[in-house]
Amino acid sequence: MELTLWTYEGPPHVGAMRIASSMKDVHYILHAPQGDTYADLLFTMIERRGSRPPVTYTTFQARDLGGDTAELVKGHIKEAVERFKPSALLVGESCTAELIQDQPGSLAQGMGFDLPIINLELPAYSKKENWGASETFYQLVRGLLKDQPKESEHISTAWKEEGRRPRVNLLGPSLLGFRCRDDVLEIQKILGAHGIDINVVAPLGAKPADVLRLPKADINVCLYPEISESTCSWLERNFGMPFSHIVPIGVNATQDFLKEVHQLLGMDPPTIEQGNHQSKLTWYSKSVDSNYLTGKRVFIFGDGTHAIAAARIAKEELGFEVVGLGTYSREMARHVRSAAKELGIEALITNNYLEVEAAMAEAAPELVLGTQMERHSAKRLGVPCAVISTPMHVQDVPARYSPQMGWEGANVIFDDWVHPLMMGLEEHLIGMFRHDFEFVDGHQSHLGHQGGLQNENDLPNESNTVSNEETPIWTSDGKAELAKIPFFVRGKVRRNTEKYARQAGCRNIDSETLYDAKAHFRA
Amino acid sequence: MGGATLLKESGPREVFCGLTSIVWLHRRMPDAFFLVVGSRTCAHLIQSAAGVMIFAEPRFGTAILEERDLAGLADAHDELDRVVKDLLARRPEIRTLFLVGSCPSEVIKLDLARVAERLNGSLTGGVRVVNYSGSGIETTFTQGEDGALKALVPLMPESNEEQLLLVGTLANSVEDRFITLFNRLGIKNVASFPPRQSTDIPPIGPRTKVLLAQPYLGDTARALKDKGAEILKAPFPLGVEGSKGWMEAAAKSFGVQDSLFTSTVEPLIIRARKALEPFREKLSGKLLFLLPESQLEIPLARFLHQECGMKLIEVGTPYLNREMMNEELELLPEGTRIVEGQHVEKQLDRIRQEQPDLVVCGMGLANPLEAEGISTKWSIELVFSPIHGIDQAADLAELFSRPLHRRNLLNPKVLSQV
Ligand code: SF4
Repeated sequence: MELTLWTYEGPPHVGAMRIASSMKDVHYILHAPQGDTYADLLFTMIERRGSRPPVTYTTFQARDLGGDTAELVKGHIKEAVERFKPSALLVGESCTAELIQDQPGSLAQGMGFDLPIINLELPAYSKKENWGASETFYQLVRGLLKDQPKESEHISTAWKEEGRRPRVNLLGPSLLGFRCRDDVLEIQKILGAHGIDINVVAPLGAKPADVLRLPKADINVCLYPEISESTCSWLERNFGMPFSHIVPIGVNATQDFLKEVHQLLGMDPPTIEQGNHQSKLTWYSKSVDSNYLTGKRVFIFGDGTHAIAAARIAKEELGFEVVGLGTYSREMARHVRSAAKELGIEALITNNYLEVEAAMAEAAPELVLGTQMERHSAKRLGVPCAVISTPMHVQDVPARYSPQMGWEGANVIFDDWVHPLMMGLEEHLIGMFRHDFEFVDGHQSHLGHQGGLQNENDLPNESNTVSNEETPIWTSDGKAELAKIPFFVRGKVRRNTEKYARQAGCRNIDSETLYDAKAHFRA
Repeated sequence: MGGATLLKESGPREVFCGLTSIVWLHRRMPDAFFLVVGSRTCAHLIQSAAGVMIFAEPRFGTAILEERDLAGLADAHDELDRVVKDLLARRPEIRTLFLVGSCPSEVIKLDLARVAERLNGSLTGGVRVVNYSGSGIETTFTQGEDGALKALVPLMPESNEEQLLLVGTLANSVEDRFITLFNRLGIKNVASFPPRQSTDIPPIGPRTKVLLAQPYLGDTARALKDKGAEILKAPFPLGVEGSKGWMEAAAKSFGVQDSLFTSTVEPLIIRARKALEPFREKLSGKLLFLLPESQLEIPLARFLHQECGMKLIEVGTPYLNREMMNEELELLPEGTRIVEGQHVEKQLDRIRQEQPDLVVCGMGLANPLEAEGISTKWSIELVFSPIHGIDQAADLAELFSRPLHRRNLLNPKVLSQV
């Protein structure tokens, strides 16, 4: 049993809903009690969808449990098939139905419909949303393609002999994923510019008939490993289709991605020079204005794909220092751990947002890149934040075109990350000048209570200056010096100075001790 | 009864479960914690219904059952004890712990009453543990509050003093206003249930007179009656007329002189009717369709028809408690179609066919209906907003006229047609 105050991911059947809702002509029969219908609002409110998810909930009640729930399930299946006329049917259970074991999938398969029926078994008590989405996509693709005759041998350079342009599938984009709709457009545009066509995009916007066409592509592009890696592996094993592993988020990753795709297709990769002119990020980051960004301490937490990508961009393309990297995704833990190791830090793998908040406070970052939850935590700590990953809120589904992937994605990322940092700097300046007459009426900070104003929590107060063996005492001179330090690094400086004072055996911290400590840690 | 036509329907439903009530109950009683014993779905439902996630330390959470809890109930009990003790150690400010049952905990027959009893015996530090069910196989949406309140009834001390007890969560401002008004009528001893602090449980006895502020508290009402209290018969305090009838029921029962009641309430009524007038103009003659969700549907329909002139096409309700709704049903026009239960697809078919001007519905259905060109009002907003009482009647009407007003602003063509 796990105490959960808030969860990054929903249950696995919500993942299945994401696949069903992303597609066309698919219907999902979900054996579930009425309360589980809340999941519709994720799509209609967060994604602002103007259509209901294609889901029929059986909404069984306690009084049904004594009787024949199997008949109830069959009734719902029959009605839904007649009403929605899907060309493929997904059938599954939520947590409660899993316990009563009606086997709705087998029931549906026994009803004699002339349409593919995919039986979903998504263990609700051990798995979560992204796993559920991945498994559903995999089962659906497998279910639709398993009887299809396989080509004798798949050759990913066959396009050359066939005298056509190479074509690829884009796999993984789904509803309630982060900026998937725009990522697809961007990647489509970039590949098109290199003479590569798109065969099928799935699950987003695909019909079951499109899934049947998947093997017609030369290779698969695995855009979101959380959702599509297992499907890509299956297609590789069964149809011999190779797939790309690099996720094109950031300028460097986009370059590497293009190289990988070109190589898989037997094409000459574009030069790095060509790529560097495609996104403004490269130049913006070089421009003198960006000197300010140098070594900014950044804390990153999110799903695996976006967290890893963010770490690379932060380090290689913006010159930040990554002081924290983590994910809530157990499935991606291994990848995130190795990415963190390369950065010389330890990855944080947890589903508990309070642990993330504590790690964030400890790391004393100047910028947080995270989910909506980290945005709230960062706000409490008075640190600027940009959202880079699901779970998201309605404001993370912008009206404008704003991909994360490709050249334009890199532009969006530069703006989205640097803007809050600049705002943070502004807050600091306002804090510095708050005694000037322009500010005497009080300034409303966009960072919550702690932004802008001198952060009292980071200043030693009476109760924690009480003398004991351990804690050095801050003299008023030391305190005054500390107060001059920008709020977003003050906590770190204070802790470092105290650490130094203890090591050096100094009982009082004055302004000189602060400078000594600074020199010590610089050295 | 005013001749409403009562129909029943069954099929796929689109209604929240009783866990949803935690969203307002935890705000009402800040010293209480609501621990759902359930699945990740339950945790996800509450956080999705609550919408924002800004809590550093929320006062609700879920003990998520895992594979091994399902394997052995004995272990599940031990695990729950451990979770509760960890929680209370971290959150010493908690005075009342609600263990909230869910579909999974009920299906595996985890007996939370026994757990609560055991914990009450073993916990020190003045924390009280109570339990109720918010499961979707037993309860809908607002029924969760009924369960929570019923669970507190055994804790009410006995008292023979005469008092008026307002039952059902109200916005604090609205509650204060009611107390002021009852005081003006000479009813001095007014208590509220649930209280603002979970430890501040009001007493009860044969001289307690209960006014139900919310229409979904059938089980609580019965439990209070069993404790000797008298449940006053009244419509619910929505709109001018409902609120007047509600206050009047108390006034009569406490022997308040008619003249005092009139001189106290009449000026408010005149003012409120005036404030209602512009909204009545906007709403009058408009077709209204209410989907079942909050259980407020029948009183709202009564208000929107009687005081705002809307035409009722259909009034859905998740379940119909005739005893609770008697006064309300009387006030509905002849032939009002009341549908208990739901077949969401058929109901949507009827909406498409009858093209109402406004549909009251849950959040899952609102945008899809808007996309079809049908204006909507979310019912969940009604359980969060201060809408009760004579003084709030215009605010309540405004909630319903805003979507229509907005539609007119954005569609000048529609404006010329209506
Ligand atoms: S309907 Fe049941 S399983 Fe679903 S959220 Fe409500 S209590 Fe949990």
